[in-house]
Amino acid sequence: MVLSDATAFPYGLRVLVVDDDPTWLKILEKMLRKCSYEVTTCGLASIALQILRERRNKFDIVISDVNMPDMDGFKLLELIGLEMDLPVIMMSIDGETSRVMKGVQHGACDYLLKPVRMKELRNIWQHVYRKKMHEVKEIEGNDSCDDLQIFRNGVEGFNERGLFMRADSDTMRKRKDMDKDHADQDSSDGATVKKARVVWSVDLHQKFVNAVNQIGFDKVGPKKILDLMNVPGLTRENVASHLQKYRLYLSRLQKQNEERIMGAARQDFSHKGPSDNLNLRSSFQEQPSNRSNGFQHSSQKIQAQTNIPDPHLDETKTSVTLKVPDKNGTSVSDAIDPQNITSASPLSGVFSFERMPVNQDRKLSETMILECQSWSGSVPPKQFMQYPKHNHERCDLLGDYSCLPKLDLEHPIAPGHLYAPPPVISMSCSVEGDVRDFSDVKPDLLDCMKSLSPALTCTVESVSAQLSDSVVTSTNSDQKFSSVEGLSSIKDCDFDQERNQATLLTSEEASIICGTDLTCLHDDLSGYQLQGVSFGNIGLNSIDLFQCNDAMALPGLQNNWYDDVEFSSETMEFPLLDGGLFA
Amino acid sequence: MKQGYLDEQFCQVEDLQDEASPNFAEEVATLFFKDSARLISNVEQALEKYPKDFNRWDAYMQQLEGSCSSIGASRMKSECMSFRDYCGQGNVEGCMRSFHKVKREHGALRQKLEAYFQLLRQAGPAGAATRPGM
Repeated sequence: MVLSDATAFPYGLRVLVVDDDPTWLKILEKMLRKCSYEVTTCGLASIALQILRERRNKFDIVISDVNMPDMDGFKLLELIGLEMDLPVIMMSIDGETSRVMKGVQHGACDYLLKPVRMKELRNIWQHVYRKKMHEVKEIEGNDSCDDLQIFRNGVEGFNERGLFMRADSDTMRKRKDMDKDHADQDSSDGATVKKARVVWSVDLHQKFVNAVNQIGFDKVGPKKILDLMNVPGLTRENVASHLQKYRLYLSRLQKQNEERIMGAARQDFSHKGPSDNLNLRSSFQEQPSNRSNGFQHSSQKIQAQTNIPDPHLDETKTSVTLKVPDKNGTSVSDAIDPQNITSASPLSGVFSFERMPVNQDRKLSETMILECQSWSGSVPPKQFMQYPKHNHERCDLLGDYSCLPKLDLEHPIAPGHLYAPPPVISMSCSVEGDVRDFSDVKPDLLDCMKSLSPALTCTVESVSAQLSDSVVTSTNSDQKFSSVEGLSSIKDCDFDQERNQATLLTSEEASIICGTDLTCLHDDLSGYQLQGVSFGNIGLNSIDLFQCNDAMALPGLQNNWYDDVEFSSETMEFPLLDGGLFA
Repeated sequence: MKQGYLDEQFCQVEDLQDEASPNFAEEVATLFFKDSARLISNVEQALEKYPKDFNRWDAYMQQLEGSCSSIGASRMKSECMSFRDYCGQGNVEGCMRSFHKVKREHGALRQKLEAYFQLLRQAGPAGAATRPGM
């Protein structure tokens, strides 16, 4: 017998092998033992499920055959994913792409072809390891506010959270025993950042489903579910993570019934709202992209969003509601809204946005993405496309940033011209040569903005929204922006602002996550904005800031975009820039 | 033993043999023949009971093919594959022909392997190390 209790991490990995072929079972068992793994074998999927349910936390990974008489391997895979959250490796004699794809879709972490080789099995620990890493990342993405603390505490915080936060109440109680049982295992993991796994027992899962049903699928959020479930020890991110899985599971079921993928994606989007950004993203990807470059950015950003499930929305909600009243509170913007509709109506792009403010007025407490949802829901497909496009546009801005030189020609004075350039360039791009006109308009806008400024207490996000939007608007109707005068143009901007809050949340959250010097950033930006300077700059800047903060706080995540650190250091130069541009 | 009955997977199985289980390869082979006989009879029954139910035939034959891959029974496995190809084409004749070939290969492999293990036992532990050709 090979020693199952070895000293270092991969050794002693607890593997459950499920295969109806006894010969393979015998061979696999032997191979895995030779890898110093702890092996349990099982010839039937149903029994495997039973074993997994009875002996919770006793396995690290499951290897399952695809074709089994009592239960489809994919079904088993899905159940394991839903209840146990264990990595599952599928294996089969057939390597057809469609089969492999199906396995991956159902959540397989790997798909091995028979005959399975020893060297492949020797490596399976990587899936366990990877899963742990992802779980840590999930925490990162999951809690913007809570994680602030973690960020402050650094890795220490992570470890604490990971090691001492057990979810299941049962697990809590059993924790000590487990520690004894697997002390070596845990200590061997000490080097890695480990997050305790929540075991979703049948009961727990049922509670979860009940809670979801009670709340209603449209309004469901981890926080609410958590409250309803009332399980001690269970954390919101546990619920959020499970909710995401559950949604994926349901959407797969749903998709099977849908004829068209696109249809499915949209339906998911409108029906499930909050955290279905994933679907959103998929629909994005179906959009034709003007610039592959910019497009990539957009999807990347969305991806970031996916990492941030509903819980954050709850938190963001507060900031949103704060913002909205601010805007609506001012008589100017009140007056603006109705006017906006008329002024904007010719533009399909702007038109679709009109619904946003309405929504906000009606239901301030709605979460951001919900607004997006209703927005996309209320707008016919074509306009729905507008949404991605808008993001897209913003990313184009970022993309355009690379052609800095042009900028300098426009405003060579700006000391912080590292910042200033991008907006101008992008504007000239989108306005299609109407740059002159545009700058003519600017003074008017500035004046108006000045008059508005006292009332406006916009934060970075909304400002940035403004920017990217105004550009979008101008693209949609090249003439419009340049011809607008004074108030009306500002209205548009305001208007856009509101719409954009939703979309820009990501950046806000991201910056919250980073939590670096954000306060002073806000100050600078709002000061900047109050002076009623060009929208472009601010918006772009804040976007950049978002990225740069992001990059700084989460090294390796997005830092390949720009040399962002430089940007953040430039932040302080805003006021100077203002002076230069608008003196 | 060299006529392609077995492939490198069989070597893999033999390599798994150690002090803990000195007869591992033979145990696996025994298990394989027992189980593959069952799978073959499954296919046989399906061929009789469900005429032209190619999906069912294919499913059963896939099980057998999987089993063949475990021990590296290459000739048998390739026959299984051609059976499944015929299933895909809806070729009953081809399926029947292939199936008989599968059975023949199964019998042949059994003979060869029995002889092989016999030889190993006679040669003793030293013979196992040199692994008399295949």
